Amino acid sequence: MTAQVVEALVHAAIKFAILVPGFVLALAALMSWIERRQSAMIQDRVGPNRASIGGVRAWGLFHIIADTLKFALKENIVPRGSNPLLFRLAPFMAMAPALIVFAVMPVGPTNRWVVSNLDVGILFIFAIGSLSVYGATIAGWSSNNNFSLLGALRVSAQMISYEVSLALNLVGVFMVFGSINLQTIIEGQGALLGGVLPKWGIVVQPVAFFLFLAASIAETKRTPFDAPEGEPELVSGYFTEYSGLALATWFLTEFAAVIMVAMMATAVFFGGWQIPWLPPTPALVATWWFQIACVMAFFAKTLFFVWVQMQLRWTLLRMRYDQIMTMGWKYILPISLANVLVTGLFLLLTR
Amino acid sequence: MDGYSALLVVTFLVVGLAVTMLVLNLLLGPKNPSAIKSEPFECGQVQITSPRQRFSVKFYLIAIVFIVFDIEVVFLIPWAVLYRWFLTQPSWAVLAFTEMLVFLGILGLGLAYFWKRRGLEWD
Repeated sequence: MTAQVVEALVHAAIKFAILVPGFVLALAALMSWIERRQSAMIQDRVGPNRASIGGVRAWGLFHIIADTLKFALKENIVPRGSNPLLFRLAPFMAMAPALIVFAVMPVGPTNRWVVSNLDVGILFIFAIGSLSVYGATIAGWSSNNNFSLLGALRVSAQMISYEVSLALNLVGVFMVFGSINLQTIIEGQGALLGGVLPKWGIVVQPVAFFLFLAASIAETKRTPFDAPEGEPELVSGYFTEYSGLALATWFLTEFAAVIMVAMMATAVFFGGWQIPWLPPTPALVATWWFQIACVMAFFAKTLFFVWVQMQLRWTLLRMRYDQIMTMGWKYILPISLANVLVTGLFLLLTR
Repeated sequence: MDGYSALLVVTFLVVGLAVTMLVLNLLLGPKNPSAIKSEPFECGQVQITSPRQRFSVKFYLIAIVFIVFDIEVVFLIPWAVLYRWFLTQPSWAVLAFTEMLVFLGILGLGLAYFWKRRGLEWD
């Protein structure tokens, strides 16, 4: 290996080590606190506010540290009759793909701001991201628990059902921007339509955006699509038997998936790092302050979508499992097929 | 350098994180296993039925239909990426659209058949 290749690989490792622990894992830890605090506010409770360091409570923010320590110091129980190897491996089989997909997400205008700018960016996210379903299914199957098995069956069927719609929704976007490279799609959204409206994905593909949001929330298995882990019926679904850090890993995976959905919605439908009405000319992109501003814009949009998903979780009601499958196959799938055809016809007529 | 070797490095990093968490989990926690503690959770009961049994064939059906539609999407994506280019070629523009119309039509018929045979009902 030449020195150049080694240098590029080291740069990739450093960028990933900044992006994932610095933004994704930190935000996931914060979300574990925000989620409980926000649910408490919505349900008119106080919520976690007791953890303190030297009498300083800071609205319960220290619960993040307390929870991490508590998870790490708890006994890891492996149920009788389970498959211990698969049972221990499963949470990490779900976590690894959920973190790897962040490598192709461009958070800023040049190649400096992406770990690996793949030409097949979005396909990579689908291909690797959908490997998470193995982790969840194996976890439920290997637990030797009836609730876990039912949760595993539900999670496998639900995730593969919505994966089809998820990819099909984005086909319309690929047709408009003519690429599946995330950086190219984001650059394509910099133009102004008629000189007024930013040419964002939501403007050119409004139907696809709402179907995408529904399908991707179903992929993260959160309310209103959380039948696989619905507390009233299945205790905790496929991770009923987990304890200690393995249980924390399931929550980490879920929050990482939420952040990934937010980043996808930002990059594909909301202009990514584009600042509206400020077209990125080559001279501007070359300046460091513009690059920082673009990265800030990307993270601000991401945070907005994370907030939207948390609001949805605590305002919508849980759907029944047959309703979830009906919605995926009978509504979202035919509508997204029609969306592809309408987009094709529109582009053909206005060529 | 292509982007894939960088992804290999990233994969090693994530696997390293996973192994660290796994080992930490094994090292830090107390270990006092007992027969009752390792009983699978069944609302306080001793487990009545074993989960290693047959389950509804519906899940297989969904998985098979998923494969059909996922492959459809795989064929659709190259077409979608090149569609703009096809439109610039006067002789190919209409052909590119009608061919995909036929392709999607056949798959739509398949979905309609599956739907009509009550493959999408959960009762």
